[in-house]
Amino acid sequence: MSAALILDACLVLLVLAVAVWTIAARETFPAIAGFVSYGLLLAIVWVRLSSVDVALTEAAIGGGATGVLLLGAAARLTDRAGRRPAGIGLRIMAGALCLAITAALAFVILTLPDPAPTLAPQAVAGLPATGVGNPITAVLVAYRGIDTLLEKIVLLLAVIGVWCLTPDDSWGALPAPWGTARQDDAIVLLARLLAPVGVVVGVYIVWVGADDPGGAFQGGTILAAMWLLVMMAGLIAPLPATSRRLRRVLVAGPALFLAVAFAGFAMSGDFLSYPPAYAKWLIKLIEAALTLSIAAMVGVLVIGPAVRKR
Amino acid sequence: MSLLRDLFTVLMVSAGGFCFLAGTAGLLRFPDALTRLHALTKADNLGLGLIVLGLIAQAPGPLGALKLVAVWLLAQLAGATATQVLARAVRAEGRDSP
Repeated sequence: MSAALILDACLVLLVLAVAVWTIAARETFPAIAGFVSYGLLLAIVWVRLSSVDVALTEAAIGGGATGVLLLGAAARLTDRAGRRPAGIGLRIMAGALCLAITAALAFVILTLPDPAPTLAPQAVAGLPATGVGNPITAVLVAYRGIDTLLEKIVLLLAVIGVWCLTPDDSWGALPAPWGTARQDDAIVLLARLLAPVGVVVGVYIVWVGADDPGGAFQGGTILAAMWLLVMMAGLIAPLPATSRRLRRVLVAGPALFLAVAFAGFAMSGDFLSYPPAYAKWLIKLIEAALTLSIAAMVGVLVIGPAVRKR
Repeated sequence: MSLLRDLFTVLMVSAGGFCFLAGTAGLLRFPDALTRLHALTKADNLGLGLIVLGLIAQAPGPLGALKLVAVWLLAQLAGATATQVLARAVRAEGRDSP
């Protein structure tokens, strides 16, 4: 038994243990802490499977953004809502559903022919036409661009959904409690020191995404985290939902993506097709605009709706 | 020379791992929130530092080594500030004594 196999086995056991612990945790906060650790451990699993792009996304979204969203949701839950445990019937149903999904996935994975069918060679073979060197980026923005486009529209819908939760008399108010209370010096120091570094790292991850693991979603989430950190420190005020500037940034990425997609009819005769000569630059341009939009979307989702002033 | 370098790495990473172990023991065994935070940050910063030191010997060139040091510094910054925030929250709630 090699050292790598022992390491992987330990990792699998750890992931399973954290997953069980997260489900078994009775309080909301420990369950979220478990979920975040689970996401970070899963990121290591993806690295072990040589899927560094997925690992970066899992760490940024599964461990980071979702964890913060859940924490925000838990903080908003009053004693009235959410403290009531689910009934035994609902729990059995949820358990049965999870079991069925696990069994189906296990069946599919275990009955795969050896070697498993793959589109990887085709994905790599098409790379020269796109001009990018990272096949994952090519899949996301070129081969399956329509999925990515729709995904961003869904995110926009989520932002609209969160804004819809604003009470009528608070519309246009600054989302509380961000930046209102007197802030801790430690957070201010962290925001001043970390934010510039984080912005560089976020932009770098988008930029190298063309040829190496990285991309708009991972970089955008890092930028969102830096924006939130600076807001938490009270160094800048959060933008209200009525801010034109914020709305322009939110739609910039999807709008540019759509515009390029329709321009495809004129440039190369089909929706979402890039002319090979400009493919790389168009993809980078779309990624850059998407990054800003994703950062704004994730940030707005975490900030949540404005609440009634007391 | 390669053997000496590997030996250095194994020693440093093991020492770092021991620091994490000690920090975890402190987290589980210490009586109140502030001492637990103390155990966690001191052991983790030192532990990560030792691991980074051990891995620098294996780094592919100075740029790789610099990245490792950057990881250590960023983790220290985040850890130290998060601990400050947590400790102040504990003190504000008046739970700083057992």
